Amino acid sequence: MVLRFLSGWKVRAGLTVFLLFCLLALLGPWFCSSVLHISPTALDVDSVSTPPSAGHLLGTTASGQDVLAQLITGARQSMIAGLVASVLGTSIAVLVGVTAGLAGGVVDSVLTALTNVFLTMPAFALIFVISGYTQGGGPVVIGIIIGIFGWAGGTRALRSQTLSLRNRDFVVAMRMLGESRVRLALVEVLPHLIGWISAMFLGGFVGGVLAEAGLAFLGLSSASTVSWGSMISEAQQGNALLGGMWWWFAPPGLCIALLGASVTLVNFGIDEISNPRLRNARRTLVRRARQAAVKGADSDE
Amino acid sequence: MTDPMMASEAALAEPAAKEQTARPRRRTSYLGKRLGFYLLVTWVAVTLNFFIPRLMPGDPATVMIAQITQRTGQPPNPATVESIRLLFGSPDQSLITQYWGYLGQLIHGDLGLSISQYPVPVADLVMSALPWTLMLVGSATALAFVIGVGLGILVGWRPGRGLDSVVTPLSTVVGVVPYFWVALLAVWIFAVKLRWAPVSGGYAPDATPGFNLPFMASALGYGALPVATIVFSAFGGWVFGQRNMMVTTLSEDYVLLARAKGLPGWTVMLRYAARNALLPSVTNFALAIGGLVGGSLLTEIVFSYPGMGFLLFDAVSNRDYPTMQAVFLLITLTVLLANFLADSLYVLLDPRTREAS
Amino acid sequence: MSDDLLEVRGLTVEYVAEGGSVRACDDVSFTVRRGEILGVAGESGSGKSTLITALTRLERPPAVTTAGQILFRPHGVAEPIDLVPLTEKQLRKHRWRDLAIVMQSAMNALNPVLRLGAQFTDVLRHHDRGLGRAGAERRTEELLSLVGLTAAQARSYPHELSGGTRQRATIALALACGADLVVMDEPTTAVDVVMQRQILANVLRLRDELGFAVVLVTHDLSLLVELADRIAIMYAGKIVEVGTAHDIYHRPSHPYTAGLRASFPPLHAPVERLHGIPGTPPDLRRLPSGCAFHPRCPKRFEPCDSVVPRLSAVGDQEVACHLHSHDRSEVVDA
Repeated sequence: MVLRFLSGWKVRAGLTVFLLFCLLALLGPWFCSSVLHISPTALDVDSVSTPPSAGHLLGTTASGQDVLAQLITGARQSMIAGLVASVLGTSIAVLVGVTAGLAGGVVDSVLTALTNVFLTMPAFALIFVISGYTQGGGPVVIGIIIGIFGWAGGTRALRSQTLSLRNRDFVVAMRMLGESRVRLALVEVLPHLIGWISAMFLGGFVGGVLAEAGLAFLGLSSASTVSWGSMISEAQQGNALLGGMWWWFAPPGLCIALLGASVTLVNFGIDEISNPRLRNARRTLVRRARQAAVKGADSDE
Repeated sequence: MTDPMMASEAALAEPAAKEQTARPRRRTSYLGKRLGFYLLVTWVAVTLNFFIPRLMPGDPATVMIAQITQRTGQPPNPATVESIRLLFGSPDQSLITQYWGYLGQLIHGDLGLSISQYPVPVADLVMSALPWTLMLVGSATALAFVIGVGLGILVGWRPGRGLDSVVTPLSTVVGVVPYFWVALLAVWIFAVKLRWAPVSGGYAPDATPGFNLPFMASALGYGALPVATIVFSAFGGWVFGQRNMMVTTLSEDYVLLARAKGLPGWTVMLRYAARNALLPSVTNFALAIGGLVGGSLLTEIVFSYPGMGFLLFDAVSNRDYPTMQAVFLLITLTVLLANFLADSLYVLLDPRTREAS
Repeated sequence: MSDDLLEVRGLTVEYVAEGGSVRACDDVSFTVRRGEILGVAGESGSGKSTLITALTRLERPPAVTTAGQILFRPHGVAEPIDLVPLTEKQLRKHRWRDLAIVMQSAMNALNPVLRLGAQFTDVLRHHDRGLGRAGAERRTEELLSLVGLTAAQARSYPHELSGGTRQRATIALALACGADLVVMDEPTTAVDVVMQRQILANVLRLRDELGFAVVLVTHDLSLLVELADRIAIMYAGKIVEVGTAHDIYHRPSHPYTAGLRASFPPLHAPVERLHGIPGTPPDLRRLPSGCAFHPRCPKRFEPCDSVVPRLSAVGDQEVACHLHSHDRSEVVDA
């Protein structure tokens, strides 16, 4: 299954880009200071608001900071927020979804209602309000808030998957044998949900990065850290738009989009495996086979 | 609508629909049940609103009273202090007593006084911002839904063909681009470079808000770009979800039978396949409204649009807690109302939710 | 004008896939006479449902008709039409007016969001442009009354009707445009036995009144014996025996037919011990060599695992079995 998963070009391309970003988040700051010898915070007063040049590969901000350095170091903050949000959100979703699906009855009804409540509430507005109270939190705090209020998205999917698993023969058999529910969940159900859970995790990751960027854009992240969102925020405040300083506000958005696209590609691959109905027959094969019949009919006449 | 799980969820909504048909359960009223659910959500939102300031480190109420004193040069009068204590916590009363007092004050429509624009009642601020957001999000959501679902139907009708291989990947990529960044790019291209639209604001400075033609025309002109950016970011999710639902529905027997009946392609596509494939999209539509409204907060801030998002942003920047709370509450209520409208649409579209004879 | 309404020659349907194709129907040939009920029986996976969709040209990718002809002579057409090479647009002219279908599950065959009546009137008005709304509604009532339903039921949604009612409605629907051939795919599997009898009696009566021909596919051989004029037996995508219902029941020539017959209780006879056929239907992706039935056949002999038997006439019947093939008869004797 792993081999089949890795065979598609979408999954390969997506994974490659995603791992590159992970590497960037891990080694970015060291790479900046030791290899490129640039700093995200140093002010180059001689070149303020300059377009890309040999000295500053991606130009400088209105206060003379190097955009490339900010972009590389910003990866870590954005991805930490995404990771925290996703780990927390996916854990809650798995706990709630699988429990609801396995337990059934009143527990299921309560958990489903809870999921729907969180799903219906404007989560971003709520996150915004809470961040308003905790102003200036780092990426971890922001990730936690996003995770706590953004888990509901995939829970319904997990619940209905668990529900359908619960009624499969092998799980029914295990239940008859008196297997404990926790063991059942861990050994029999979770492995079958791996596809869904990893898709959810990746989706939550992008959601977390996007939400962090949104909050940073609103000025709700800590002022001392640079993230892609805070870069866009500063660019807007620094009138990068009116001044046409595309090198300032375009790269961080592109990075987020690229990261998101890579994850979507991986999710396509997962979806094709876990949802075979969406796979369609190879059209060229069908057409070729069809032509044979039509030609045969012509020659018979 | 930046949720990549949408697609898989849409695919899953379908077996649930089947469950319904297999066992036509006796239901009092579909809408009645939904209404009960919305009451529950309202209660949760109100309760969250009660607990959030009380769980925060420090004492927001004391901070606020100090802020007011600083701003006006004198301490607020006892009635205002009591109202602040009711809304944001008081060290002298038990939580239960506080909770009941808080509910009582809310029922009377008292949302407190704004801190940043003291002593303007928060209710006034919120009420003047609400129509802007309703118009912006309402029209953008409706447009995004119609365009997205329409494209999804077309693309899903012939999966794997030319249109599908272009539109589907494109629509998913659009969904992962940050919302506010798209809005900023749009401002740069269409307002700064091309000068097709104003950079920011809700209406021309020389127009007087009210029921007059110049104002409404300028509001339309100022709203076009913000609406367009929301539509651009949101429609992709609908395309993807609707496409997958169409593909799933096409393998249903009733679609095959419609084809066997010799009905024209359009009739089969719209009356048989799309009518059914639409149902999960409407359900997902209801669920996605919350996210759309949240996203529009960012759009309003990019465009300095005089709606709830901008008000909330202002309030958060100035630590205007009463306004923050009220905006969140109102946004939640708006989302629930929109949900209820979507539910009513669902009942219109699916006879199975209506009372069976 | 020939008495044959439908002549199928060498029809082959494949499920195409990258790793190689699977033949669900392999070189299938048979004829259907006007007003005749032809039964097609076989185990699940024998290709009978694929045959039904291919006959009506409703096969969907990855199923593709790769060879053969379906010569169809509907009323008012002098020259037979081959349905295989027709495009969807050309087919639309014949659909429902000449060729109609009744699906296995009426629950899934009716559009859940349209009233029953609307699913009649849309097809009636599409094929008869002059028919007004009132005319279409009147015609719907007539059709429903043919199967014992009322006008009130036309105003119901499918989920409000019982399974039997729904199935009768789909049969009425199939008769809407006076088709010469109605193809039925296990039309009674979803209803109880009493309803099953009622529905089939209805089909027989309507056939006598209206004169349409029926191709009825089912796994229930005893049902076909009662209902059909002739029966074709399918195994692993091939027709292995065709004959009158009487002959198939009383003088089965193919060992598979005999086995199939023995595994169903006789309808009007004392209960005997039933004998199932040992083994399971073959995997179409890995068919046994020679006669596909040979691993399960109690009468297999030397040529069975190497030579594919051809369908050939034995008296009034047609059989594809080495026991009855003439060029091999000396082998049997020896």
